[in-house]
Amino acid sequence: MLFAIIGIIVVIIVGYIVIYNGLQRAKINADESWSQIDVQLKRRNDLIPNLVETTKGYAKHEKEALEQVVSLRNQLTQVPAGDHAEKMKVSNALSDSLKSIFALAEAYPDLKANQNFLSLQEELTNTENKIAYSRQLYNSTVAIFNQKIIVFPSNIVAKIHHFTNLNFLEVPTEEKAVPKVKF
Amino acid sequence: MLYQQIARNKRKTWGLLAIFMVILILVGAGLGYLLDNRPTTGIVIAGIGSCIYLFIIYQDSASLVMRMNHAEEIHEQDNPQLWHIVEDMALVAQVPMPRVYIVPDKSPNAFATGRDPEHSAVAVTTGLLALLDREELEGVLGHELSHVRNYDIRVSTIAVALVAVISFISGFASRYVWWFGGGRSRRDSNDKNESPITLIIKIVAILFVFILGPLTATLVQMALSRNREYLADASSVALTRNPHGLISALQKIEGSQPMKQADPSSAGLYFESPFKRGHRTSWFATHPATSDRISRLEKM
Repeated sequence: MLFAIIGIIVVIIVGYIVIYNGLQRAKINADESWSQIDVQLKRRNDLIPNLVETTKGYAKHEKEALEQVVSLRNQLTQVPAGDHAEKMKVSNALSDSLKSIFALAEAYPDLKANQNFLSLQEELTNTENKIAYSRQLYNSTVAIFNQKIIVFPSNIVAKIHHFTNLNFLEVPTEEKAVPKVKF
Repeated sequence: MLYQQIARNKRKTWGLLAIFMVILILVGAGLGYLLDNRPTTGIVIAGIGSCIYLFIIYQDSASLVMRMNHAEEIHEQDNPQLWHIVEDMALVAQVPMPRVYIVPDKSPNAFATGRDPEHSAVAVTTGLLALLDREELEGVLGHELSHVRNYDIRVSTIAVALVAVISFISGFASRYVWWFGGGRSRRDSNDKNESPITLIIKIVAILFVFILGPLTATLVQMALSRNREYLADASSVALTRNPHGLISALQKIEGSQPMKQADPSSAGLYFESPFKRGHRTSWFATHPATSDRISRLEKM
């Protein structure tokens, strides 16, 4: 009898620890995939001054578009680190204005022939794609974590340790659409 | 789902290895009998030989397969776009960054190989890079990285190694045994009364050595079931969230020329069959017909 009770208690304790660790691990996974997004956002911010510098000389009439990119870039650095939703909102706006810069470049053959511009374009496309893919990854880690919070029995442990739902990052609907630019 | 695929592929690898050992030892016995009148010599040589061969494959199968297909390794600065796409796909598939190779061939194609995601490599042809745009390349490389992630590459790489060595031995035997008749008959030429039993054994041995080529080819095609191509197509779309890229890649590849550089035993590895392509899926094809793949993707 005594052994049975001790056995049950041991099973409960071990189960509790396993569930708790599972929750923590899911949380860490989500945090890690967020930091991947952050790395890419930083990288893009580092590339933008180069892009502006290269483009300025060729596309003199596009001052406005370039200024918008710079202002959004600076705005992105001001967003507090914890505010994921706001960060992504500014980032999406920045993605759009970068897209329009590359679309405008079509009108400047000299710029398009510039080796420096071409490699910057590839670098920026690369970061844009990485942002999109790491956001996808972040959302799937969030889904795993949120599921753990809801389903029995891990929901009990989650409640005791005050784990709360994480928010998904919204994916812009026109993500894959090619920007249309009229001249 | 992914774990089941991985477990199944690991099981299949052991099955293939077992078949490989049995076939090689039987071939060794047959050749030993035909050439030296003693099956044991052949068995010992085949046993030791296949162990060494498997060890080499285990060490660095990816490089071996790449060399068989005349692929050259590249780094980020050689082709930034290709490198970045592979990086993206490795990121979403959550596998380590594979090594990247380019096969100088005008026919558009791609493949992945290696023993596990930590030791994997992907290759694309120059034709593929010339023909496809970024989204289409993402679709194709998403397909290849799905093969990496679910350990398809382990089974198919082992199968390639198996077919390569057995076709080598069969080719060697067909020249040696056929034209020289083996050491045995020369030594026994003055001994006319060959018993029917030794004759039967001899025929069986010859049959075994020569029937092996087609037999293993069939086996390998069964192991590299076409279902895994559909599965990798579907996983690729799950990674890129963009079925159109893969569909238009398949449409472009469908009308293209067969490859010149491809190694015949590696056919099963490729994104699309590197040789003649039928319009319908046939029983012994390594790949489903492209039109079937496209229509399945369109239904997604």
